[in-house]
Amino acid sequence: MQKVDFKEEFEAIVQTFERGGGDRDIFQKSDASFLVVSGNRVLTKNVGKGVEADITEEEDGIEVYLRVADNMRIALPIHLCFGVVHREGKQHIRSHYTIGNNTSVSFLAHCSFPRAENVLHMMDAEIEIGENSHVRYNEVHFHGPEGGIVVIPKGRITIGTKSSFFSEFKLVEGAVGEFDLDYNVHVGAYGIAELIAKLYGKKKDRIKIKESIYLNGMYSRGIAKTRIVNKDFSKSEVLGEVIGNGSHSRGHIDCTEIIEGENAEASAVPLVKVTNPLAKVTHEAAIGSVDKNQVETLMARGLEENEAIDIIVKGILK
Amino acid sequence: MLEIKGLNYYAGKYQILKDLSLTVNTGSVHSILGANGTGKTTLGFVLMGLSGYKPHSGRITLEGNDITDLSITERAKRGLTLAWQHSTPFEGITIRDYLSITKGDREGSAASALLQLGLEPDEYLGRNYDTTLSGGERKRIELAAIMTMRPKLAILDEPDSGIDALSIEKIADVIRQINKNGSTILLITHSWRIAGIADVASTLCNGTILMTGKPNKVTEFFVKQCQQCKHINEPKLQEIIDAEG
Repeated sequence: MQKVDFKEEFEAIVQTFERGGGDRDIFQKSDASFLVVSGNRVLTKNVGKGVEADITEEEDGIEVYLRVADNMRIALPIHLCFGVVHREGKQHIRSHYTIGNNTSVSFLAHCSFPRAENVLHMMDAEIEIGENSHVRYNEVHFHGPEGGIVVIPKGRITIGTKSSFFSEFKLVEGAVGEFDLDYNVHVGAYGIAELIAKLYGKKKDRIKIKESIYLNGMYSRGIAKTRIVNKDFSKSEVLGEVIGNGSHSRGHIDCTEIIEGENAEASAVPLVKVTNPLAKVTHEAAIGSVDKNQVETLMARGLEENEAIDIIVKGILK
Repeated sequence: MLEIKGLNYYAGKYQILKDLSLTVNTGSVHSILGANGTGKTTLGFVLMGLSGYKPHSGRITLEGNDITDLSITERAKRGLTLAWQHSTPFEGITIRDYLSITKGDREGSAASALLQLGLEPDEYLGRNYDTTLSGGERKRIELAAIMTMRPKLAILDEPDSGIDALSIEKIADVIRQINKNGSTILLITHSWRIAGIADVASTLCNGTILMTGKPNKVTEFFVKQCQQCKHINEPKLQEIIDAEG
């Protein structure tokens, strides 16, 4: 096993966290909840009011049980900083989050792999949201330039009656490596699910996304939104599924994949299904090059073509 | 400012612009009036050099320099720009960013331009320039972009379409202001009301300029002849000759 220098690794992870706009002072606040993990070792952790956590280090990963109590408005986001700061390593996070009733909470997850050449990062998440609760989960990845990383995030999210779950996954800095995301979301009555994934594929990156939203409750709503830009030899495939089971449920798949250059590839398979005559699910997918009208509009303002494309791509992945 | 000579443009087998010649004087507002399908927007696209709109023959000169074979960017750098009839929304780009993309933007000009177009800067600058805005709002922001850019020559393609009747006068004021700020304007429209703010007007029919003159005379001709014309794109030459006196 690799020797762990806690101070050095904490500093490396926090520096990446700061690069992403994080404030390191959060780790000094007694009312803030946070968890910093390097490889499969916990570097620091804390729980604020209304949050309980049981975290176990195991040889092959970390087991996290986190509960947010009923009737809570958690003001500060729960910070989750995961990373492998060495060139090689494995990280497996098995998380089980339970959010109570009438509760509002947000998570900010930062995952940093700045020097990855042979790194595996796996995340198996179960999130259970009670009734009338609202959860935001923002995850940002920072990868090094080599792309020697395999990222496998898997999640099963259950959203209770009148609750909402907004998730945004972003991986636009550094090389993606191999990426295989699989989220399953089950939405209860009057519940809302919004999944957004934004990735920038470069070199020989491989991106695979499967997002499934089951609109089980009446008047439930869900959207799976994907924005991917591929350049060089990178490839992406997106499978978006929205299944309307509940009466008056409404779902939508919105996928945009852009390729730059002649060697990149992108594909999308939207799967829309209803099992209830009062449900409605729609989809839209735009696969191809950058919109010509957008490019020419910016060129007519004096920008060179490559400058225009750069601005458009940054906007899509913002 | 702008000299167009013998411009011919085909879309497939259809000839859209026919031996079109036109002079736009420096500092003027020159309106191009024409019914639907006469080639107005195509003329704007050919002048801006958009892809797929290269003329088959003819020359375009801007301030005495031939720009016929220049790229869109090169034309823009020489002071030419186009405000699209149907402006394109952008994902993830704020109106503040969109207005400051324009090269040559000046401090505070974005907010001031929005105000002149009846859009509160505090409400709009931080919003995305995307499909959450109505077509009319995007149109105004497109004009705000022209205001901040201060080009030598702005082609405004139907700046009044999609704008509510009460705001037409505001749009007219903005066009006058853009002109006052030093931009020559080529105003493409099928509305004789908005064309009335021009110094010079021309009517376009079947891809060619029928007549050029004082706006009141040209609009009178347009209203009497073109708007009633049962032979769109087949001008009755005798009527034109009579109208020109």
